[in-house]
Amino acid sequence: MPTWMSYSLSDLLLFSPRTYYRLFELMNAALWPAHVPLLAAALAVAVLALAGHRRAGRGAAALLAAAWAWTAVDFLGIRYAAVNWAAPWFAGAFLAQAALLAWQGLFRDRLQPAPGGRAGTALYLAAVLLMPLAAPLSGRLWTQAEPFGLAPDPTAAATLGLLAAARAPWSLWIVPLLWCAVSGATLRTMEAPDFWVLPTIGLLALALRLRRHPV
Amino acid sequence: MRLSRRRLLGSLLAAGTAAALAPARAQGAGPLTRPIASTGGALPLVGLGSWITFNVGDDPVARDACAEVMGAFFAAGGRLIDSSPMYGSSQEVIGYGLAKLGRPPALFSATKVWTSSASEGPEQVEDAQRLWGVPRFDLLQVHNLVAWEAHLETLMAMKAAGRLGHVGVTTSHGRRHAELERIMAAHPVDFVQVTYNAADREVERRILPLAAERGIAVIANRPFRGGDLTQEFAGRPLPGWAAEIGCTGWAQAFLKFIVSHPAVTCAIPATTRVDHVRENMAAASGPMPDAALRARMAADIAA
Repeated sequence: MPTWMSYSLSDLLLFSPRTYYRLFELMNAALWPAHVPLLAAALAVAVLALAGHRRAGRGAAALLAAAWAWTAVDFLGIRYAAVNWAAPWFAGAFLAQAALLAWQGLFRDRLQPAPGGRAGTALYLAAVLLMPLAAPLSGRLWTQAEPFGLAPDPTAAATLGLLAAARAPWSLWIVPLLWCAVSGATLRTMEAPDFWVLPTIGLLALALRLRRHPV
Repeated sequence: MRLSRRRLLGSLLAAGTAAALAPARAQGAGPLTRPIASTGGALPLVGLGSWITFNVGDDPVARDACAEVMGAFFAAGGRLIDSSPMYGSSQEVIGYGLAKLGRPPALFSATKVWTSSASEGPEQVEDAQRLWGVPRFDLLQVHNLVAWEAHLETLMAMKAAGRLGHVGVTTSHGRRHAELERIMAAHPVDFVQVTYNAADREVERRILPLAAERGIAVIANRPFRGGDLTQEFAGRPLPGWAAEIGCTGWAQAFLKFIVSHPAVTCAIPATTRVDHVRENMAAASGPMPDAALRARMAADIAA
């Protein structure tokens, strides 16, 4: 058996759950009150999408591209990278996703709300409004909440919700789905009770998209 | 009198008595020590690991907590702190703690080289010296045998030039023991680091006897199996033998099992808690189990 096969995920986890969640606590303290305008922008995108507004696609793409880019630089590139040497790679993937969203959604206008996309929009709203509640519901401090646009998990979940509600190129799904796997595995290894949330959202979004328009 | 490891073990085997297995007591009331055969130094039986526990990044509260753990470690007579470039921010956090504690002179600094590139080795050592704030390391080890031929050459040259105290190689989780054995037999390393605890005893078969024969100091990592052992036994009553060897908790029992093996120089438990580091250091003093009691301990812990 090759040596690398004898490693389990827990052998590779470099930090304790306490350290991981403190990253969000310190981030929230440093960035508050950016949460407020960010939430307002996220809700505005939902309103545009539900109204079927012709600018909904570009609006969503602009917000999502900014959210992925910010999360890449601030959380993954600086905060998470301080305790995980793999984080710069994650930051690179998040930046690539931001560029792809900007290219496909803003410049090519290929992130169009699709008929029957309400379930996807509901998933988006759940990611924006409910995922930050995972911290207090799992027994952690509410100051350790993970907000959309600042933390990677709700950013990926919200993106998958909007993608499920849209006609969009499949290339936009790759990084968010990969992140569902990476983050789910990390949280599972940390024995976090809510490890299943993000992978479940990923699968739900994929199911909604396929039900509407099979490949 | 300077006692070589080989001579010490020879006399132990000849005497064959449990009493003779007892390690030396450091001057004063400090922890018990074992000699480093190749250079004549000595180390307390319990050191301090930093895997996971000291990787707290820039968190100022957590950094201060780590510094407190280090302070309690030195106050209890501890010396060896072990880290690696693989452990995220651990080295930086150790450097922070050492600066805050006024650079305790007792420190025996031990870290590793962890890169598959031979040419990056020296650069990584310089980085580590900067992060720790030390002019040279007491021990540099090749982490998990990664690119060991090249790194061993670099480290041996550093030691010969007086820029390094000791050279070692490490493995963990029982991996690559056959290769480690070959290195121990063919190269004049001062230290090896391996996983050894009451549940992972593979090294007792060949690695520990070879270390004793070759006069190589042994650092035992994962003494609590990454916390699994302490978690599993938490709440279970201590067996009667615990009182015989002065253990007040399971952690001390696990540590005494490890450091009472005559070929083990020290165990390196990691912790984020001051009370735990004091408890761990206390395992380096008092009566140690003899061979018969070690067998009973292993049976009870494996059961």
